[in-house]
Amino acid sequence: MNERFIILLEKHFENELTDSESQEFQSLINSNIGLKQEYQEQKRIKEVLKKMKMKNPSREVWDSYWMGIYNRVERGLAWIVISIGALIFFGYASYETVNAFINDTHTPPLVKFGITLLIFGALILIFSLIREKIFTSKRDKYKEVQR
Amino acid sequence: MMNKKAGARTISKNKTKEFEVLVKDNMKRAYFSALGFLGSHDAAMDVSQEAFIRAYRNFNRFDTKKNFFTWYYKILRNLCINFIRDNKNRKEEFFLEHKKYEDSNNNPEQNLEEKEESEMVHIAINQLETEDREIIILREFEGYNYEEISEILNLPAGTVMSRLFYARKKLAKKMKRLME
Repeated sequence: MNERFIILLEKHFENELTDSESQEFQSLINSNIGLKQEYQEQKRIKEVLKKMKMKNPSREVWDSYWMGIYNRVERGLAWIVISIGALIFFGYASYETVNAFINDTHTPPLVKFGITLLIFGALILIFSLIREKIFTSKRDKYKEVQR
Repeated sequence: MMNKKAGARTISKNKTKEFEVLVKDNMKRAYFSALGFLGSHDAAMDVSQEAFIRAYRNFNRFDTKKNFFTWYYKILRNLCINFIRDNKNRKEEFFLEHKKYEDSNNNPEQNLEEKEESEMVHIAINQLETEDREIIILREFEGYNYEEISEILNLPAGTVMSRLFYARKKLAKKMKRLME
């Protein structure tokens, strides 16, 4: 497609053509039937689109728009604070549990060994599942394909 | 020490206040841009608000001499594209309607025709590629001029004109097919 024609056409729609450009545009569409058809098609589409607008939501939606953002920011902050608190709490609880477990003289060594393996295995399992969830699913190029 | 604390609180409060003004000034075009991309009121609300939240978190990086919406739009655009990618089977609503003029009569037959026409345009727009759909929405529904679109999309004005032309051409083709 003639790039010059496209620029002139768009300028024509915007009423931005100078006198000389207007003459150039008219001579282009008068001398070339293909360009004239393109012009008519573009004009028709523009006219159809001009009649339309996007549906406007109710006034209440706009009134509560900012509060929606503010609440989400506030809640996001609350979750960060809760997560940090939980991390500290569970970190300390785990440390104390492990300490008590190591210093416990009543539990037989074989049971201690079994419990250690159990916890270690569970940790590997959780780590593997998280890794799969976070990394593998993101890199699966074919996840959209219906198998 | 007290002054420092008070100063910090003032900056934070000012930032929120300043941001609130920016949100209120830009929320409508943000929502309509998202609606054009996503075709659903709920998704447009959610994504446009999320984009404002991300903009707020990175507000320190925003150059206040530049246009806020242009900067915000890049965040919004990326979120919309991610949303489309992650929700391939999402449901779209008819988000277009005929403009009502004061002198237009309330003719049921005409109303039906208008409804059918707006639904057809909606379907045709939905069938366009994201980039074509985006440029049509920006120009024909949101009324941005070429320079503004050029700034928002970071493209030369000539490319904007060319993209618009081809997007309209594709839309005409789709509409023709729908009318057959």
